[in-house]
Amino acid sequence: MLSRYLNNRNVLGLLFMLPAGALLLIFLTYPLGLGTWLGFTDAKVGRAGVWVGLDNFRFLWGDEVTRLALFNTIFYTVVASIVKFALGLWLALLLNRNLPFKSFVRAIVLLPFIVPTALSALAFWWIYDAQFSIVSWSLMKMGIIHQYIDFLGEPWLARFSTIAANIWRGIPFVAICLLAGLQTISPSLYEAAALDGATPWQRFRYVTLPLLTPVIAVVMTFSVLFTFTDFQLIYVITRGGPLNSTHLMATLSFQRAISGGSLGEGAAIATAMVPFLLAAILVSYYGLQRRTWQQGGTDR
Amino acid sequence: MTMAAVHIREVHKHFGGNHIIRGVSIDIADGEFAVLVGPSGCGKSTLLRMIAGLEEIGSGEIEIGGKVVNDMQPKERDIAMVFQNYALYPHMKVRDNMAFSMLLAKRPRAEIDKRVDKAATILGLTDLLDRFPRQLSGGQRQRVAMGRAIVRDPQVFLFDEPLSNLDAKLRVAMRTELKEIHQRLETTSVYVTHDQIEAMTMADQIVVMRDGVVEQRGKPLELYDRPANLFVAGFIGSPAMNFLPGRFHLNASGPHVHVEGGVILPVPLGTRAVEGQNVILGARPEHLALGAGAQGFGASVVVVEPTGADTQVFAKVGATEVAAVFRERHDFRPGETIRLVPDQERTHLFDAESGKSLRNQT
Repeated sequence: MLSRYLNNRNVLGLLFMLPAGALLLIFLTYPLGLGTWLGFTDAKVGRAGVWVGLDNFRFLWGDEVTRLALFNTIFYTVVASIVKFALGLWLALLLNRNLPFKSFVRAIVLLPFIVPTALSALAFWWIYDAQFSIVSWSLMKMGIIHQYIDFLGEPWLARFSTIAANIWRGIPFVAICLLAGLQTISPSLYEAAALDGATPWQRFRYVTLPLLTPVIAVVMTFSVLFTFTDFQLIYVITRGGPLNSTHLMATLSFQRAISGGSLGEGAAIATAMVPFLLAAILVSYYGLQRRTWQQGGTDR
Repeated sequence: MTMAAVHIREVHKHFGGNHIIRGVSIDIADGEFAVLVGPSGCGKSTLLRMIAGLEEIGSGEIEIGGKVVNDMQPKERDIAMVFQNYALYPHMKVRDNMAFSMLLAKRPRAEIDKRVDKAATILGLTDLLDRFPRQLSGGQRQRVAMGRAIVRDPQVFLFDEPLSNLDAKLRVAMRTELKEIHQRLETTSVYVTHDQIEAMTMADQIVVMRDGVVEQRGKPLELYDRPANLFVAGFIGSPAMNFLPGRFHLNASGPHVHVEGGVILPVPLGTRAVEGQNVILGARPEHLALGAGAQGFGASVVVVEPTGADTQVFAKVGATEVAAVFRERHDFRPGETIRLVPDQERTHLFDAESGKSLRNQT
């Protein structure tokens, strides 16, 4: 009886998958589940919470700071992603040409990506410093401004300053991924297009862009996810200030949960990010990634 | 019907320190089908790309339809090219692939549809117009690439090894089809291939290239009958021509070649050499006949390959391997000695040093 079961393909398969399944359950699902669970409790540091249903979310919806953080996060993500895409694509197109020292230049472009974020965030903090900013100093010397700029002291300036830092950090990822995508496009397609009478712009518009769309979809999904959940840059440069104007959902969640001790509230903020992230993934998956021309046909 | 002659005059091209094209001159008449053939790296594809405008012309001149095109953009040259990998736009349906050039030129929709439909009919693509390239077989893609060229109705068609990605059977079928289309459209065509059979069967004019130089050009049978040098002699024809190295001597009975291994053969008719000159006698496998007694030379059979239609025999004369093709069936055993008699009217004589043909220039 037992031996018959053990010879069954499906039973055996299930058995072999158990260890891996258990690992996934313990290390992936448990933390995620715990975080979500906390969001529905009034847990505080040192006190196990009790189930409070949607109370946390109701409170946060009425909370000015949380609303501001939501706005900041969306603004930060949208602006940074658009600029990263535009500059990343431009850089990728440049790097795709036959440059002198091609591999060296490509390696240089990756630098912002390989520097630890905490370190580059410190550098930006210094760059934006009210008294010692190199940017202010240069502009003063050039006679363009007459007073040091307080990059991190004024809400909108601080928002754009942190966005700039995020863009600097995120461009290499976008550029290198798009470059990889560009290199899968056969040069003979461009030659055929040139013979068909396409101008350089038309070649980009009708050959490069449509063929790059699947890669763009994947890269930008990741880029949006990374940006939306950004924490390190903000935490090092501004800690959410001034006047909470650079607080993102992730930093606010950390502040409320760990610094403030309201684990339940912090977890609820973090949980509230999930629907936005899912929406971003779905848009890219159904809107951009799947193309009819990529499907069908067994003969390559 | 637009037609145009193509003239290539003293064209050179360098890639870095490499001299790729070394003074090539070719004339291709209106409506002619010219085939550039040669081993890989001989510069034939580069030359084609220079005609297309995809590669800059180092020095010299290329003229299409009476206009020097050296400084013209590819799109201004009124040419269409079929690429080796077809270069179909994967994200466009067959119809749009074929219409792309006219869409860019902002032609009226009705005209575009008419021309696409006409080309599709010629190539039997009508049912495939709404498919994507991925959904097509290799042969169908090849056809679409042809169609994209035909709708343009260009002055010149350029083909860059268009059949080399197809399997053997399809290649033969497409070869015939291409020739039919050319006979119908009569558009000047330049076709690059490394396959001498493609060249022989399709060309009005064959240009044999090697190391960036034109070795010989002419009608297919001219090249077969009167190869100008050893390279062309060995390149054109399959199985390849046999070469027997030897010395030229004037005997009592006339001029002879003393082939290594003691074989003495009469020189081909219409050739001239000096006493004692090192020469190479060339005889195609199909121009060797079986002899009896002391006729011709003895050869020891190595392999016999019956193909059904004919029998190919590989045999050894001293250290040289010789191939022969007989129309009849033979059942030789390996090691058996047979007598082979070259057809004196169809053998060739080459100078051993320069490789040049020693045929009288008459």
